[in-house]
Amino acid sequence: MSSVIIENITKTYEKGIVKALDNVSFEVKSGELFGLIGADGAGKTTLFRILTTLLIPDSGKATVAGFDVIKDLKQIRQIVGYMPGKFSLYQDLSIEENLNFFATVFGTTVEENFELIRDIYVQIEPFKKRLAGKLSGGMKQKLALCCALIHEPKVLFLDEPTTGVDPVSRKEFWEMLGRLKERGITIIVSTPYMDEAKLCDRIALIQNSKILDVDTLEGILTKNKQNLFAVSSDNMYQLLKDLRAYTDAVSCFAFGQHHHLQVKTPTSSDEKLRAYLAHRNHTNVSIETINPDIEDTFIKLMQDA
Amino acid sequence: MKLFFSFIRKEFWHVLRDTRSLVILLGMPVMMMLLFGFALSNEVKNSNIGILDLSHDESTQLLTNRFDQSRYFSVTKNLTHESQIEEAFRKNELRMVVIFPPKFRESLLHTNQAQIRLVGDATDPNTSNIMINYASAILRDYQNEIFGEQKFPYQINVESSMLYNPKLSSSFNFVPGVMTLILMLLGAMMTSVSIVKEKEKGTMEILLVSPMRPLMVVITKAIPYLLLCFIDVLLILVLAYTVLDMPLRGNILLLLAESILFIFTTLSLGLLISNLVDKQQTAMFISLVGLMMPALIFSGFMFPLENMPLPMQIISNLIPTKWYYSIVSSIMVKGLGIKFIWKQTLILVAMTVFYLAVAMKKFKIRLE
Repeated sequence: MSSVIIENITKTYEKGIVKALDNVSFEVKSGELFGLIGADGAGKTTLFRILTTLLIPDSGKATVAGFDVIKDLKQIRQIVGYMPGKFSLYQDLSIEENLNFFATVFGTTVEENFELIRDIYVQIEPFKKRLAGKLSGGMKQKLALCCALIHEPKVLFLDEPTTGVDPVSRKEFWEMLGRLKERGITIIVSTPYMDEAKLCDRIALIQNSKILDVDTLEGILTKNKQNLFAVSSDNMYQLLKDLRAYTDAVSCFAFGQHHHLQVKTPTSSDEKLRAYLAHRNHTNVSIETINPDIEDTFIKLMQDA
Repeated sequence: MKLFFSFIRKEFWHVLRDTRSLVILLGMPVMMMLLFGFALSNEVKNSNIGILDLSHDESTQLLTNRFDQSRYFSVTKNLTHESQIEEAFRKNELRMVVIFPPKFRESLLHTNQAQIRLVGDATDPNTSNIMINYASAILRDYQNEIFGEQKFPYQINVESSMLYNPKLSSSFNFVPGVMTLILMLLGAMMTSVSIVKEKEKGTMEILLVSPMRPLMVVITKAIPYLLLCFIDVLLILVLAYTVLDMPLRGNILLLLAESILFIFTTLSLGLLISNLVDKQQTAMFISLVGLMMPALIFSGFMFPLENMPLPMQIISNLIPTKWYYSIVSSIMVKGLGIKFIWKQTLILVAMTVFYLAVAMKKFKIRLE
């Protein structure tokens, strides 16, 4: 059963000049932890706002838990939890006051649904008297998640919840999402971090207002097999230029300590490449055949599109 | 109901934790009252005047003393020549000079006629006008004294009395004015800014995606400001009564009820503004320039409406402050009852309903 169905959604701003979403369609199954992955400005927030009834699409149709996002505004607002990308709680209210207030707004009490937020709340409870504006990034996100969860939503929309949060808090945050998923809540989370893709059941890659692909991470990786070498040498800058000029090269990008080179010929051996680089006076050359990860795949999909 | 109180409590937290707006909310009425009451006054009190006495006789002595004893003037300089007058005005030493010509008493007694010249510094036309009037009154009194027994064949005795405000105290004018301005400014500005703040900070986004009715967000936001504005009304009235000795002649309950009505008017104006803009600064700007200026010009508190050209008089009817100002001064100064102000009241009610209707219609249940 699908919890969220999006069909051919298109949304433009400024009277059609700026395209935010271009004919987007996908489905999210009930109880799924679904990731929407793409760079800033790709259209993630616009899609979230349409699904949470905050914006009306130019064309297309979308339903959340069977309710239409345009017509059934009231019903959807009862059953979804939404955490905007920007921290949007009251900065001059304490943790406790924010939580109590939002519980009342959603017609419930903190006690009633405490079970659901217990795991998260215990981590920020020592600071419950502190004003939300004075919390660290990670604690702010935990509080925002608590507030979005307090009414036990059926579908949870989290817009870039881990942006600007330290790696440890990010890991904790994803562990919490895992536990929420076990309770049967459908979770749609957007993120610009590729490495978070492996934590989702399924992902949608979005770029320039278009969906590139929707599948499990493995599915996307197997579908987009490519021949990759991780190459490094003493002169990395010159190496990048030389690799891009290599006859068999499709593309080459810097990835930390190595350059990832995609080649056309599947059987292309590293010997030929090594010879080419030696000819170009590169020293200390290391070449390794690697399996593409999500970032490599994303770049390939972007180029294909 | 629980939701309602929860919202109001939250709104009070916002206000109480924001020292700046709290100072504005409670400090502004006090400051304005004290400013208008003691610093910014166009009343004439102990103004410095000079005497150029070219006669030096019994009558001029007596008159000079009368001027000096009056609470409006104090004689600070005796001039000896006409050329000194301008010099004294230029140095801002004197505001008015009384000139007695030579042989003042002599001509008064023998020809029954005498001339006196009053020269005022009309840089500030209102004040010099008032001073000339006071001086003439002193001279008239003296004239009546010495001619008291004699009977003239024809005589018109002018007896003027200033109704409602015999002492011509300016507080009768500015207390209703300050009340009008404060309520207009705080009611409209604070409400619109605080609602727009929710939009700007993104909290409105969360509130919209919740089962609560969006109008509830806005209505509950207005309630604390209703209360705060009401406190300001009480504050102003207490200050007017205790510090400025201003009587309250009419029914206080009627005055408070009318004030609550006007607060509703300004709050709904605030709601209207908040629905039209997205930035706190814009809301502030509109409230200050778009509301304060017309409120100041068209309330009749600083400039008499009767003196304005007809188009401006017509425009003034659209400004709610005009009607409230008229209501407050009718009740406070003239002691009138509802029978005399029902028309103004009805106009305010109609304006409030109109603003609210437009605000509701313009209220966005989505982000755009």
